[in-house]
Amino acid sequence: MSKKNWPLWEIFVRSKNGLEHRHFGSLHAADAEMALENARDVYTRRNEGVSIWVTESKHITASNPENNGELFEPAQDKVYRHPTFYDLPDEVKHM
Amino acid sequence: MSEEQIKNLEIQFEARIARDEKIEPKDWMPEKYRKTHIRQMSQHAHSEIVGMLPESNWITRAPSLRRKVALLAKVQDEAGHGLYLYAATETLGISREELYDQLHTGKAKYSSIFNYPTITWADMGAIGWLVDGAAIINQVPLCNTSYGPYARAMVRVCKEESFHQRQGYEIMIKLANGTLEQKDLAQDALNRWWWPSLMMLGPTDAESVHTEQSMKWKLKRKSNDDLRQQFIDQTVPQAELIGLTIPDPDLKWNDERGSYDYGEINWDEFWQVVKGHGPCNKERMRARVGAWEEGEWVRDAAMAYAEKKQERKQKQVV
Repeated sequence: MSKKNWPLWEIFVRSKNGLEHRHFGSLHAADAEMALENARDVYTRRNEGVSIWVTESKHITASNPENNGELFEPAQDKVYRHPTFYDLPDEVKHM
Repeated sequence: MSEEQIKNLEIQFEARIARDEKIEPKDWMPEKYRKTHIRQMSQHAHSEIVGMLPESNWITRAPSLRRKVALLAKVQDEAGHGLYLYAATETLGISREELYDQLHTGKAKYSSIFNYPTITWADMGAIGWLVDGAAIINQVPLCNTSYGPYARAMVRVCKEESFHQRQGYEIMIKLANGTLEQKDLAQDALNRWWWPSLMMLGPTDAESVHTEQSMKWKLKRKSNDDLRQQFIDQTVPQAELIGLTIPDPDLKWNDERGSYDYGEINWDEFWQVVKGHGPCNKERMRARVGAWEEGEWVRDAAMAYAEKKQERKQKQVV
C-alpha cells in the first residue's frame, strides 16, 4: 500500500450558467489540478456541467446535527417573517 | 452513552426512516446500520469495478467503431459508478484504502456473475441485456433508500444504466437477425448467461439472511424472488421478439398468476462461485490486485509531484 494516500476532494458543479454550483460528490486526487481533471471524467461525462469547483474535504467546516435544535429551531416560531402572517383586506389583490 | 439512551436513539432513528426521512453522514446511526451499509455499498462498488474486467476483454476486438465507442463508454461508466459508490461509502467513516484492502484480500464480496468468462462477442450483448437488466431491477428501488449519499449515487447510476442495457440488446438483435452462425452465437450467449443472471438477484427468500432488516432500512424494497419474477416476466418477451429461446424447459406462462413459472435454479453452482470456485474468480482478483499494485508508483509519483509544487508555491510567497 502507498505510504501517502491521495486526499479527498469535494466536487461542485454548475450545470449551466444562471444556476449555482451544487455539490456533486467527492473523489481522491493528488492535487487540485488533478481533482479538476478527475471531476470532469467522473461527474460530467454527459454534459452535466459548464464549471467545476474543487476543494479539499478537510477545509470544509460542517455544523453538527446534534446542534440542530439550537441552530434551526428558533426560526420555527417566527411566523411573522412570512407574508401570510399579515392580514390584508380582500380588495388588495396583489401585494 | 447508557444502554437506555442508545435504545431511545434507536427508536427515534427507526421512526425517522419510517417517516421516509433521509439519514445523512453526520447524523447519529446505530452501529449495525453503519456496518450493513458499508457492507452493501462497498460490495456494490466492488461489483462495478470488477464488472469492468469481463467487458474490457472485448474492447479492442469490437466488430465496428460504433460498437467500440459504445462499449468503451459503458466500461467508463462502470468505473464512474464504482467511484460514486466508493465515495458514498467513505462518508460512513471507512477509508478508500480499507475498502480496496477488503476487496483484494477477499474479505469483501462482489457480484458473482463477473466470475464467468466472456468468450465470444455475443457475450457483450448478453451482459448488457441480461446482467445490466437484472442490475437495473435491483438498483431502481435503491434510489429511494434511507441513506442519503447512497440514494443520490443510485439516482445517477440508474440514469446512466439504461443505455447499457439498450446497447446490449441491440447487439443481440443484430446477431439474432444475422447469419445462422451469428444467430447461434447469440443463442449460445443467452444459454450461458440466463441462469447466472437469475442468480444475480440473490438467494431465494427462504435463504436470504438480510432481508427483514434491509427492508426496514429501505436497503431493499422487494424480496429477491419478487425481483427475479419481475426480471423473468420482462425479459422473456424480449427474447421471443428476436427469435431466441430461453434455456429453461420448465418456463411456462401461468395465466392465473399473470407471470411465468420457471425451472429450478442450480443454487449449488451459485454458492460455489460465491465461495471462490467459479470459472474466473482467481483471474479477476489477479487482474484487480495487479492493477492496484502496478499503479502504486504512479500514485506515489503524483503525490510527490503535488507536494513539490506546493512547496515551490510556498517559497515564492516567502
